[in-house]
Amino acid sequence: MIDINAYLIVAAILFTIGVFGIFINRKNIITILMAVELMLLAVNINLVAFSSYLNDLTGQIFTMLILTVAAAEAAIGLAILVVYFRNRGSIAVDEMNSMKG
Amino acid sequence: MTIQEIAFYIFSGIAILAALMVVSARNPVHSVLFLVLVFFNAAGLFLIAGAEFLAMILLIVYVGAVAVLFLFVVMMMDINFAEIRQGFVRYFPVAGLVGLVLLGEIIFAVTGLPDIRVMGQGMLPVANPIPDPHLVSNAHAIGRILYTDYIYVFQLAGVILLVAMIGAIVLTLRERKGSKHQSISNQVKRNAQNTLELIKNKQIGSGIEK
Repeated sequence: MIDINAYLIVAAILFTIGVFGIFINRKNIITILMAVELMLLAVNINLVAFSSYLNDLTGQIFTMLILTVAAAEAAIGLAILVVYFRNRGSIAVDEMNSMKG
Repeated sequence: MTIQEIAFYIFSGIAILAALMVVSARNPVHSVLFLVLVFFNAAGLFLIAGAEFLAMILLIVYVGAVAVLFLFVVMMMDINFAEIRQGFVRYFPVAGLVGLVLLGEIIFAVTGLPDIRVMGQGMLPVANPIPDPHLVSNAHAIGRILYTDYIYVFQLAGVILLVAMIGAIVLTLRERKGSKHQSISNQVKRNAQNTLELIKNKQIGSGIEK
């Protein structure tokens, strides 16, 4: 039986790599989306580890909900990306200022 | 060291290395392929934790659908890879600092965790105990509670997927100018009052006066 701390540390490292990826790829929105997927995966690993540790199935149910949300988020994000690229011909994040936000 | 521990360290080590490659690969296509490797190893970690159904779902949904979607989008767009790499060196110190601080905080919080199984005796009831895996399989056990106690969660997931599907279609649907396709709403809107006009001619052959 693997100690739960090992799972939590692996998930923490994956989550941190996701945050690091968002910070370091300031221009590449595709890699930012992939880093968000990594962070959601780290959360899923946490939920599954606690589900196994506490002998409770509820964590696995909520992992499925997060999987669904992550898939939907990826689909919407990529759709926005495709439309943006079609209109502007570029996906540079720092040039996305047409909404003056 | 048991075989479980060896498998755990192999899976987690490869997952972490591949995750580092995802965020630092020069070519986004390679990033997507490393993301697939991360998902395979995460599925292995799920298997070790006893969540077989979720491991297979992870492979089917992420590797089979999401990663392929990423790959399609990356390959369809004509991106200058050298240009989007600018700023990698400039942002490295602050990104590394933020990452290390965050990692240190999370590990500090996680390893100081009291044993909540002991702490929560009687106070932390187990909502849905995992049945003996020799008698009831993981998929069966999840199905038993997913379609009964957690039916709203299940329905919510379906609604989220529907909204995402409609949103993606609406966002990317493009009507080309001059396309000759049938417009059903225009056809249904037509009626006799605003399309048919009766003109009384005085004499046949004299032409129409407006």
